[in-house]
Amino acid sequence: MEKFITHTSKAIPLPIENIDTDQIIPARFLKATNKAGFGENLFRDWRYNKDGSPNASFTLNDSRYSGTILIAGDNFGCGSSREHAAWALADYGLKVIVSSYFADIFKGNALNNGLLPVQVSPEYLKELFAAVENDPETEILVNLEEQYITLKNSDKKEAFEIDAYKKLCLLNGYDDIDFLISKKDKIKDFEKELKPQT
Amino acid sequence: MKKTLFDKVWDSHVVDSIENGPQILYIDKHLIHEVTSPQAFAELEQRDIPVFRPDQIVATADHNVPTLNQHLPIKDALSRNQVEQLTQNCEKHGITLYGLGHKYQGIVHVMAPELGITQPGMTMVCGDSHTSTHGAFGTIAFGIGTSQVAQVFASQCLLLSKPKKMRINVNGKLKKGVLPKDVILYIIAKLGTNSGTGYFAEYAGDVFENMSMEGRMTVCNMSIEMGARGGMIAPDETTFEYVKGKEFAPEGEEFDKKVAYWKTLKTDEGAVFDKEYTFDAEDIAPMVTYGTNPGMGIKIDGHIPELNDVSFEKSLQYMGFEKGETLLGKPINYVFIGSCTNSRIEDFRIAADYIKGKQKAANVNALIVPGSQQVAKQIEDEGLKEVFEEAGFVLRQPGCSACLAMNDDKIPAGEYCVSTSNRNFEGRQGQGARTILASPLIAVATAVKGVIAAPYEEEKVAALAD
Repeated sequence: MEKFITHTSKAIPLPIENIDTDQIIPARFLKATNKAGFGENLFRDWRYNKDGSPNASFTLNDSRYSGTILIAGDNFGCGSSREHAAWALADYGLKVIVSSYFADIFKGNALNNGLLPVQVSPEYLKELFAAVENDPETEILVNLEEQYITLKNSDKKEAFEIDAYKKLCLLNGYDDIDFLISKKDKIKDFEKELKPQT
Repeated sequence: MKKTLFDKVWDSHVVDSIENGPQILYIDKHLIHEVTSPQAFAELEQRDIPVFRPDQIVATADHNVPTLNQHLPIKDALSRNQVEQLTQNCEKHGITLYGLGHKYQGIVHVMAPELGITQPGMTMVCGDSHTSTHGAFGTIAFGIGTSQVAQVFASQCLLLSKPKKMRINVNGKLKKGVLPKDVILYIIAKLGTNSGTGYFAEYAGDVFENMSMEGRMTVCNMSIEMGARGGMIAPDETTFEYVKGKEFAPEGEEFDKKVAYWKTLKTDEGAVFDKEYTFDAEDIAPMVTYGTNPGMGIKIDGHIPELNDVSFEKSLQYMGFEKGETLLGKPINYVFIGSCTNSRIEDFRIAADYIKGKQKAANVNALIVPGSQQVAKQIEDEGLKEVFEEAGFVLRQPGCSACLAMNDDKIPAGEYCVSTSNRNFEGRQGQGARTILASPLIAVATAVKGVIAAPYEEEKVAALAD
């Protein structure tokens, strides 16, 4: 996994609430057996018309907006546990998703793929939407090390929470498998002595 | 210290705790299917790591499988490839697979409980958000992503921070025609789709105590739809009776020993929850959803609320509904009874009981899809097959079917489907399809009337349809 320390970019606004993972990547695209290429079908049914032409009114097709930060409405990533949603967002080139709430499984999936979910207050989310919609050139800075997000050239910072262990993983580019394997002796001891179920 | 049911099961599975970090949670049973496992197997092979405990993994094929002609090769090349990949991976790593053609094959959350793989006090995971179903047994069961599937393959453990705890109490007696599906749709409509985020829910109160195991599974299945990682119900005599005699359940003395332990799995009096809600059973009526998330539900004779909100309006626009409208009497061309929420034998008994001696309306395509080969066999053995077929319903072979548009069973764009599944998201049942979630009873009543109907207020509905 790539290291994540700070990130600065323009942002794409998507002010819709309860965006579920079926919208991020519809089920019919889950038949692949590897992780690559899902970005092509990111938000497929919102991004393209039925005839396959791009839907001009969808934010990813709006030439005013670009960047690697997505700002989304409340409760982003609810629904199916499909990690393909995180793969699609990352494959498209996104590094950060900002929302006022993330569904649990999505949050975990994103972090396991180097995609940072930044949860901000509903008020600050509104400010971010307004700033980016008002001036699409607005840059946003996300500092993982110090756990804050800010509009570049603004003094106002909003702090965000992240699990200390997950933060360490992202800062160093580690993942959980290496860590768990290093604990195998402890796991075997648990199986022998403590396990309540056989 | 007073502990909740959740604490008891969680704490007994903690292998180690990392200071200021997550805990290592031991997983008793890992269920896998064809869609969310291939990349995890690939990850393991890339790193040259063996599967640590293949005996604790059970696999089945469900999401991609056709519900017709299951004896033939799957027509769709990508689906066939995914299912074949699962077969190869299971063979290579020594994992038990109940694939197509096996008498135990079925939707992962239907198959595991009916085989006695699911037992009280366990921790269970699957790369599928509806793993919460197994919480009906007093099990900590939750959906995981594919990276986590790989972690469990590698270590039989997961790194997790302990969720917060909530309790949802429903007391009193349910009214006639109110099914477990209505109970959970009511709870989600009241609390909203993110009320459970960061929490594990326990369902308590006489409504759940008096509920069958099938009903409890329906309730726990939809815990994820309010954002909760899972939901659980304390095991009791109903649970023990259900598990007893199942293929993989403990037997004889071993079973009694287990029951003695399972009886300790309940929330201590005075244990503290981070959040608690209480509802009255008498307030619950048969429910239908009108929007594009499971929280957008109303009583069957209720009216769509009049909210001014962009996301809400976008949702109504997709569904083709108006604010203030009632759904009762709306013409419907598709009815689907199936999915991991409502495809157990009890659901089909209820459906058949209502249908007996009636005919489905000419305009309706009504699909009946059992959750597993074993349920399919029960349908046949109990004579329900004839009831469905005589009434004009189409009985298919087991699988996830029209719950998600991943196999051949899709609802056409623009059409409404009254569905017993769990998600009414945009395009969930097919591009442009419009899903109305409901209980099996509303589904059959709708199929018979050809319009959304309340099962026990038939005259009123007939009048509306005229």
